[in-house]
Amino acid sequence: MPHSTDRADTIHSEAFLASLMRRQLRLSIACAAAFLVALLGLPLANYFAPALMATRVGGFTLSWLIVGVLFFPYVWLISGIFIKRSLKLEADEAEEVFK
Amino acid sequence: MNTLPLAFLNGVDPWIFALSLITVGFTIYMGFRSAKTSKTAGDFFVAGRSVSVGWNASAISGEYLSAASFMGIAGMVMAVGYDALWYPVCYACGYLFLLLFIAGPLRRFGAYTIPDFAEGRYDSPVFRKIAVCFVLFIGFFYTMPQMKGAGTTLAYIFPGLPYWVGVAVVGAVITLNVALGGMKGITLVQAMQYWLKLFAITVPVFVLMAVFGGYGSNLAVNDGRLLTAPAIAAASPAAPAPATEVIRKPLVEKAPADAAWVSPFGPLTTKAAKAAGLTPEQSKPYSLLYTYSLIIALVCGTAGLPHILVRFYTNPDGVAAKRTTMWVMILIGIFYVFPPVLGVIGRNLLPELYAATGAKGTDKVVLELPRILHEHYGVWGSILSGVACAGAFAAFMSTFSGLLVSMTGALAHDVYGRMLRPNSTPEQRMRMFKFAAIAIGGVSVLLGSQVEQLQINFMVGQAFAIAAASYFPLLFMSVWWRGMTMKGAATGMLVGGIAALLCMTLINLNDLKIVDLKAFWAGHPLLRILCEQPAIWSVPLAIGLMIIVSKATSKDIPKDIRMKMLVLHAPEALGLKNEYIQEHQAGAGH
Repeated sequence: MPHSTDRADTIHSEAFLASLMRRQLRLSIACAAAFLVALLGLPLANYFAPALMATRVGGFTLSWLIVGVLFFPYVWLISGIFIKRSLKLEADEAEEVFK
Repeated sequence: MNTLPLAFLNGVDPWIFALSLITVGFTIYMGFRSAKTSKTAGDFFVAGRSVSVGWNASAISGEYLSAASFMGIAGMVMAVGYDALWYPVCYACGYLFLLLFIAGPLRRFGAYTIPDFAEGRYDSPVFRKIAVCFVLFIGFFYTMPQMKGAGTTLAYIFPGLPYWVGVAVVGAVITLNVALGGMKGITLVQAMQYWLKLFAITVPVFVLMAVFGGYGSNLAVNDGRLLTAPAIAAASPAAPAPATEVIRKPLVEKAPADAAWVSPFGPLTTKAAKAAGLTPEQSKPYSLLYTYSLIIALVCGTAGLPHILVRFYTNPDGVAAKRTTMWVMILIGIFYVFPPVLGVIGRNLLPELYAATGAKGTDKVVLELPRILHEHYGVWGSILSGVACAGAFAAFMSTFSGLLVSMTGALAHDVYGRMLRPNSTPEQRMRMFKFAAIAIGGVSVLLGSQVEQLQINFMVGQAFAIAAASYFPLLFMSVWWRGMTMKGAATGMLVGGIAALLCMTLINLNDLKIVDLKAFWAGHPLLRILCEQPAIWSVPLAIGLMIIVSKATSKDIPKDIRMKMLVLHAPEALGLKNEYIQEHQAGAGH
């Protein structure tokens, strides 16, 4: 892949790497926060609001319904958003270098 | 069946036997068939790096859904109730974690295995040797539950067969298969086995729900009401047959009570506090701690499983690797909704399993449950149970072969090819691959035959806890922090991983009654929880040590760290990997 020295300078600059990592990490952390809040919040909800979480919904306790069924579509949603955004991010980064 | 000539076949259901035999026969056939087409050493290690997204996603899912997912979750939900639901959720969430932080960069870096990555990131062949150990540690802990699944299933099919015979037979068959086929065969077999497993869990679930009432209706009767009269459940919108009357058999003495079973902080997480004689109110904080530690172990552990990571390299490029992961999330997510259903129905219809232990206990509920249809629909009960057995075979066979390939790869590719005989020819390495497969298969069978009394799912959780404290910190920190040094990485990984390994060993020796710590743990419930679920302290310990030691040895940061970080993070479209490889041409040879 031949490219001009200008372009190589951009790629190998400290600023380029720093922005690359910062943008990727920000995206990953935002997505991770979305599922960690739910995942780590559930035991807290079970602990502090046992009566609410034991409410029966169609036979399930609320807590059982969330952990056993509803959590999976939520995880798909987050991974779908992450993949879409991160592919766009990569395309943007590549474009910046080649512009 | 008395007309059959072989005595050990007495009491064997012909349908169950036939369907299981077909699964095993198919797996062996595919192994032999692929042995003819895979020739080079590269075929054996990463399947030539050209597997399509659909195949690869099915194969990763097929490998990921082990005996723990297929048999263990249902067994554990039946045994301890709500608390076991964290396992399937965290297995799925852990995959998301892997996608968010590790999969992309590792794939761009382009190494075959985690030891390859460890060596490349720190330019250190010594570190490779250290990293290889954990492929074997985690691998053996993960093979034990697969072997228990095998022993349990064979003991179910052949009621007279001792547990260890089942372990030995299945272990021998898979070892032979891997020694002959390598990974190329397994990609294809594992992809098909995902679909077999999904079929084998969903069909019995739907049939059972149609006959005995839906998921919600079956759960609804677990509310502590009298068990003598059949309870009528409230109609559930999710249930396919809302009008069905839910039957419930009386619980045996050993079964947990309804309230403890259906609510959070039940028998699994309160065990230690209960043994110490604490009141339910006093034991709740302990349960919360146990739950969090379990979640950390499972989520971080997934991201550090050696046999899953290697598959990211079989994608042609990073975009395909990401799309593969999305599909894996969907495939495993769909699957994980179903095993708990069997646990719930099993509690209502097969309470006698609570009284049994080992291979006859709740771990076989997935296999046994469809057979109760026998009373109503005759032979269909047997056929469904046969389908479940076929799924179980697919589960432990595919996971065990995957583990065997990565452990054998570590021995043949790293220990032999890199350390002992760096100048060995490809033919010698191929032969070594076969010897290593047989040696590791033998050790796995020996270990597996010892763990009949341990729960399948619990053992898998232990393998995850070790991965969470060793490979996860290594990968996560190496990818995102350029200040890491080899000494920091090695210290954190070794201390965290070995601490977790020792805790697990201690817990298992106690549970198998080889070492008796009951009295000690009754006095120190907190220590028992921290030993049984070490992730809450071992993961921060590993990461903390990595930071401290790296800071102290910061002069050892690799000279070309910026280039390495660029390769890890820059889009593949920039073609940095080729540049990097040219600079390193004098290196290890790939």
